[in-house]
Amino acid sequence: MNNKKLPPISEISVAILTLVIAGGVYLASHLPNHVSLIPTALLVSLAGVLVLFNLYLISRIPNFAWAKFFLVAKWTLLAYGVIAGTLEYIFIKDGTRGSVLVLMSSALLIFAINLPIHFGFTVARYAD
Amino acid sequence: MTHTQAAPTKSDFKIVPTAALPAVVIVFICLIVAVATNRLWALDFFHVVGGGLWTAIDLFLGFVIGPIIGNMSIPARMEFSKKFMPKMLLLMPTLVIMTLASGWQLARHEGFILSSDKHHSWVVASMIVVGAMAIIALGFLEPANIGVLFELKKEHPNGEVIGRLMKRFLYTAGLTGAMQVATLIIMTRIATL
Repeated sequence: MNNKKLPPISEISVAILTLVIAGGVYLASHLPNHVSLIPTALLVSLAGVLVLFNLYLISRIPNFAWAKFFLVAKWTLLAYGVIAGTLEYIFIKDGTRGSVLVLMSSALLIFAINLPIHFGFTVARYAD
Repeated sequence: MTHTQAAPTKSDFKIVPTAALPAVVIVFICLIVAVATNRLWALDFFHVVGGGLWTAIDLFLGFVIGPIIGNMSIPARMEFSKKFMPKMLLLMPTLVIMTLASGWQLARHEGFILSSDKHHSWVVASMIVVGAMAIIALGFLEPANIGVLFELKKEHPNGEVIGRLMKRFLYTAGLTGAMQVATLIIMTRIATL
């Protein structure tokens, strides 16, 4: 599979990561002041759409090594799920509530879903 | 043996060093206790120890180990990678979450994240640098690490794929190493303001 022209799934994953981190840094740098949530909401929404688009692109790859993909993706999901869960706990413990918490949680969820796709694809593309 | 088809290698290594997992679990439990109790010493300990190790390893990897590996033959790189990469797979994410979680909590504890605080602009600068490093590490470095390990697990690893992924690993390690210099400047500024 590694010699075939593949869709830009890794590049899109990096773009998703950039959007989520940019949204998180924007929001975190303004806490605890009241700040417009629109920029972060736009960035996180776009990241969410790109995750779905990435999954669609992977599903269209012929003879894709799904077994390898899921093998890597499930363990990555566990590892980064724990990390995202730890960060979520910290935000809740610090009293983050309402729309800010929803946005932060969405960003963490996208973060935890995007990385398994990215890592799983990186391994599966070189599978025999 | 060519660069595209390396000699069959013994693939008797573990991609994830499971023996080290209990240590990771203990670190996570201690970190959560430190955050839950909000004790200044514990938060400072995790931030200083995690950040110090993260920075030092990135610099050492980027500027010392990296150039050495870059000059090794493909089989030597493969042998080195089999022993080195699994350890990095557990070590680096653990150090990163240790540093970031305790750092955030510490900044809240000390009031550094308040926009009225004199440290605030430096804290925001550190967030931007860490964000950029996270994009490089999670977007390029870590997938290359995992890709190399899976390639090495094959009966006939592809030397070209390993070479390409290792090159990516080493370049990005050098880049994050260089960015760690910015972290050192920011953190020492915050500590002495």
